[in-house]
Amino acid sequence: MIEASGLTKDYGAKRAVDDISFVVKPGMVTGFLGPNGSGKSTTMRLILGLDAPTAGDVLVNGKHYRDHSAPLHEVGALLEARSVHTGRSARNHLLALAKTHGISRARVDEMIDLVGLHEVARQRAGKFSLGMGQRLGIAAALLGDPATIILDEPVNGLDPEGVHWIRTLLRRLASEGRTVFVSSHLMSEMSLTADHLIVIGRGRLIADTPIDEFVSRASGAHVRVRSPQASQLRTVLLRDGVSITSPEADVIEIDGMKASVVGELAAENNIVLHELTPLQASLEEAFMELTRGDVEFKSVAA
Amino acid sequence: MSSIVAVTQPRVVSSEWTKFATLRSTLWSLGVGMLLTLGFPILFASVTAARWGHLSPQERAGRHPLEIALAGVNVAQLAIAVLGVLVITGEYSTGMIRSTMLAVPKRLPVLWAKLGVYAAVAFLLTLPAVIVSFYASQAILNRHHLLQVSITAPGVLRTLVGGALYVMGVGIFALALGAIVRNTAGGIALFAGIFFVIPPLMNIFPTSWNNAISRWLPSEAGRQLFALTKDPNRYAQWPSGAIFLGYCVLATAIAALLLRRRDV
Repeated sequence: MIEASGLTKDYGAKRAVDDISFVVKPGMVTGFLGPNGSGKSTTMRLILGLDAPTAGDVLVNGKHYRDHSAPLHEVGALLEARSVHTGRSARNHLLALAKTHGISRARVDEMIDLVGLHEVARQRAGKFSLGMGQRLGIAAALLGDPATIILDEPVNGLDPEGVHWIRTLLRRLASEGRTVFVSSHLMSEMSLTADHLIVIGRGRLIADTPIDEFVSRASGAHVRVRSPQASQLRTVLLRDGVSITSPEADVIEIDGMKASVVGELAAENNIVLHELTPLQASLEEAFMELTRGDVEFKSVAA
Repeated sequence: MSSIVAVTQPRVVSSEWTKFATLRSTLWSLGVGMLLTLGFPILFASVTAARWGHLSPQERAGRHPLEIALAGVNVAQLAIAVLGVLVITGEYSTGMIRSTMLAVPKRLPVLWAKLGVYAAVAFLLTLPAVIVSFYASQAILNRHHLLQVSITAPGVLRTLVGGALYVMGVGIFALALGAIVRNTAGGIALFAGIFFVIPPLMNIFPTSWNNAISRWLPSEAGRQLFALTKDPNRYAQWPSGAIFLGYCVLATAIAALLLRRRDV
């Protein structure tokens, strides 16, 4: 469980996080979405006590991160920035972290196997590829068997097999009742893993909603109809607030009218329908729609 | 699931020891430091013994067996200082500090553990090294029946221990500077400035000023810990040692304050 209220962070004159409040609940994967530079990493650093907030407060598992007596057992985190000494082997890195909490060597080896680094565990972390580095970071995050897991852009640098592995892992961790909070700037990634979305842009909260609601809210009424009498239907449906396009000869797409209304109007006018499909905007489109204002404003300001 | 255990100072010390012992750069620096501590006295003793017949009476009078035994300390301090800075700045340059502070979010136990581990290592390596240097240089000189002194003679053991204490203090001071600056090059430059640039700069002042100021400099106060004779322009061994310790405490206090306050 993560509870942020009025969280704000300034770096000099720049406001990186602007008065955001949200709750991340256990038992599901919560996606933390926003364009690059929108304040996702800063928010995570605030949750983890690496940075102190300018205003507001954030609790994780009911306490400030700093006040947990055994933080690695409460929260496991993978940061976007590299957080490993390049001169130390993967195993020794984990061992050093484990010792702060009296975690056993057996657990360290178990985590190394879990993330698939067994072959390279004694190599210096500086030689690791980005993907191997991510796996090591995930091993560190899971070391203390934490109830809350915070991952900043975990799929960065992973190959397709690794991306699939992360998705499965996140789903499993959530199904075990843990709080899973994952950031990404890629909507498509979130659509495959997240149950709930928190969207930010330019440091402000844009949306905090279940993922399906997010899509329908952003997409609005959008319907596709296939009919041998397409042009006749078109004249019937055309009215204020409705726009119609025709991608194929006997297909029309209607914006601004629900599928049920389209079907009823077709029946009243004895028009045969071969297909009536309510269309959802893809998550990517929904995301672009929601963050458009922020991105535009940013490039104007720059 | 393993049983939940809290983060404690001894656990953080154990973690820092693991970190310290698992870096190749650490072991290299320490190796070089010890090699210098041992090598210089042996070289110095050999040259002195070989050239004794050619030395003027004045030069002979200037040679002191303890000076020979401690010849390596002046050089070893650089290796110890550089490694001291690196112990903390290496974490900042690689990003390791973030992992460290996630495991120990109260932060200060990390600083205490690093200082404790490093001070202990510096002292426990340097003390045997200077004692071995003493016996080795004495053995070389003994073959020529020169400059013999017993370790039980007044002040001998105290001076050797003082040399090891000085090196330990240098390690603490350098580590604290590293924690303040958070940058390897900056930390080493700051240490070199304080220890090697400022002292000779004092010569631009009139002698009376120079003496009044120099006795308070960390490098000069620290050196009195293993000075052969009491310099009238400096405080004695232990008061000077106290001044040196004061600088170590001050640097550590600033480092601790900044570590608490700054974003990682």
